[in-house]
Formats: sequence, C-alpha cells, structure tokens
Amino acid sequence: MHELGITQNIVAIVSEHARGAPVKRVTLEIGKLSAIMPDAIRFCFDVCTQGTVLEGATLEIIEVVGLGKCRQCGTEVPLDQPFGICQTCNSVELDIIQGEELNIKEMEVEELCA
Amino acid sequence: MCVTCGCSDDSETTITNPQTGEKIEMKTQNHQPHSHTHTLADGTVVTHSHQHTSTVPKTETKGSEIHAKIHGNTIELEQAILGKNNLIAAQNRGWFKGRNILALNLVSSPGSGKTTLLTRTINDLKSKLTFSVIEGDQETVNDAEKIRSTGCNVVQINTGTGCHLEAAMVERGCEELNPPLNSIVMIENVGNLVCPALFDLGEQAKVAILSVTEGEDKPIKYPHMFRASQVMILTKIDLLPYVQFDVQRCLDYARQVNPKMQIFQVSASTGEGLETWYNWLESQSQQL
Repeated sequence: MHELGITQNIVAIVSEHARGAPVKRVTLEIGKLSAIMPDAIRFCFDVCTQGTVLEGATLEIIEVVGLGKCRQCGTEVPLDQPFGICQTCNSVELDIIQGEELNIKEMEVEELCA
Repeated sequence: MCVTCGCSDDSETTITNPQTGEKIEMKTQNHQPHSHTHTLADGTVVTHSHQHTSTVPKTETKGSEIHAKIHGNTIELEQAILGKNNLIAAQNRGWFKGRNILALNLVSSPGSGKTTLLTRTINDLKSKLTFSVIEGDQETVNDAEKIRSTGCNVVQINTGTGCHLEAAMVERGCEELNPPLNSIVMIENVGNLVCPALFDLGEQAKVAILSVTEGEDKPIKYPHMFRASQVMILTKIDLLPYVQFDVQRCLDYARQVNPKMQIFQVSASTGEGLETWYNWLESQSQQL
C-alpha cells in the first residue's frame, strides 16, 4: 500500500500551495506504467484529506496510457506493462516515452481576498 | 500576478549578492487600492476593497469569505508527486560523488538472502574495500547486528509501517554512518519488490536479488523493480538440484524486461559464482 504514502504526499503538496484556503478540486496525472493504482489513491484520498483544507475536495485522475519507442527503428509501441516488443523489428529495447507520469496537474481553491 | 485584479503584485522578491552581503528588495509598481462589487446568487451585494500593501497581514473577514465563494481559482501545479524525494535523492547522489563513494541499493523480496550475501561479500572483500551499510527493515535491529559482526559500520533504519526506504532516511542514515572517502555504501532496502522501485535514494545502481526458491517469472511479475535495476543477482544456486526453477527462462524474462541488465548467478553459502559479482563491485568502485 505505497499509495497511502503517495496520497499523503499529494495532500502535503496541495495544502502547502493552498495556504489555508479550502481546496475544491485536485487533478492528478497518473501514468499506467507508474506502478500506482488510481483506485487505491481514490480510496486513500478520503482518509488522508480528513481535517485538512482538502476535506471534501473532488479528486480527478487523468490516466495516461503507456507508450514506448523502439531504440532500433524508432517505432512507437503502446504498452500495458513497462516492457514490450517492437511490432516492426521485434526488438525488446524500448524507451518508455509516456505512461510513467505521477504529477499533480492542478488544483482549484477558494481564493480568499486580502 | 495578483489573482484579484490582475496587476503585478508584491511578490517580495529579493536579490542577494553574497560577495558584498547586499540584499536588494525588488520593488514593483505601486498600484492603487481599489474597490469592486459582486452580486451573489441570492441578491446580496458585496463591495470591498483591496489594499495592495504587503505589510498588511492577510486576514479573513466575513466579506472575504463571501467573496471567496465567487472566485473559484485554479492553480496549475504540474508538480511531480515524488519531486521532494527525487530532490533529496539528487542531493545524496552529489554527497556520495563528492566523497567518491559507490552507493548501491539492494532490493528484493523478503527472504531472498540479501543479508547473507551482503555479510559474505563484506567478509570476503574487507581486506580490499571499505564497506558501510544502511539496513532498512520495518522492525528489529537483527540485520544490523549480523552486519556488525563482520566489523563493518552499519546503521539500522526501521521504517515502522513504511514499506520502503526514502531518500531523506538515507540522508539521515549517512550523517550517522559518516562513511569514509573512497568506500562503498550498501543500502539494504526493505524486503519488497514493489515500492522501492519508485523511490530513488541517490544510489549509483539498484541491485535486484532473486533467489531460486522463488518463481522464475518474478522479473515479469514485478517488472517495475527489474526495469529500475541495473544488476540482478540470482542467489542460492546451490539449491537448484532441489527446486523447480528454470534458470534460462528466468534470464529470458529478466532480459525481456530489462535488456541491459547485468546478471550474476551466485551461491553465498558455497561461494559459487561470487567472483563475477566481486569483480563487478571492484570495477565499479574503481570507475568512480
């Protein structure tokens, strides 16, 4: 359950940027090859946000599909796991070019005026 | 930019010149206090002013709370969730580099024989190389005591409920350990093939250890870890006659996940194959 620690990180980062303002929405970008399960993050989010400025906030998760690029011939290969075989030249030497994202994309806060 | 009215705000930027010790505050154009009006959904009209002076403490008033309901504010963060860990890991990497230290992160499932391999390696090489060890386990100092019996310096990190080591723990561990220049720091991670793959500790390489008493398909079952590792050590090969383990298949799986991975086959109890692993260690520490 490393998702719990990850979710605590998310809450800490968002809280820091919110500076006390209530947070309405948090949008994450999670790659399919990142070894993080979005469902587990959703489960932990409700628990981790209790008593913080994120309590009650909506969690949006954008899942990014995996994509590899063959080092031999440059073909782009869709990936479901962090390895694969090039459909064009059968090489297993693929660079993962997409799908390892683990980012907080944006957050929506209720801005308090000075 | 001021989110309220769009004017440039007082971000209180300062420029410090370390040579002269001079600190310059960057001034922005003074903008005039102004007021504006909102009409709420229920017809309530709220008028309030913005004082653009940074010295006025930002206080929440009833008016501002109502005002806040109108201004939904989206902040683009684009921040890596593991950014903080990666930053500390980069600092650790610099710390190791500055001391000419080879740092290796040993990862495996529990019971693969990490500690046994490590103790044997230290005992066999201690006349040539200097080792220090950071032991990571959820509980107990048992492993640290085993390492300590070799005479090498060791610190134990107990992660409690945590299932992996993080860069900040290694940073703290290194302060305690104070490893000498031109040495090797072995970081024995918590036995777990999942999370440690995500957390960079600042090591030169991850070394995945897999024993023949486990399944030969571990590399494709836990591809993240085997992809993140530069080296794989297949241990307990003295047990091969007694277990069903297809070595060639395991190597094929490993190369499928990570074509560039260096693979050693060893037995820490009979000593078979250890020479190749030792040669690699020596060449790596000389290449620093």
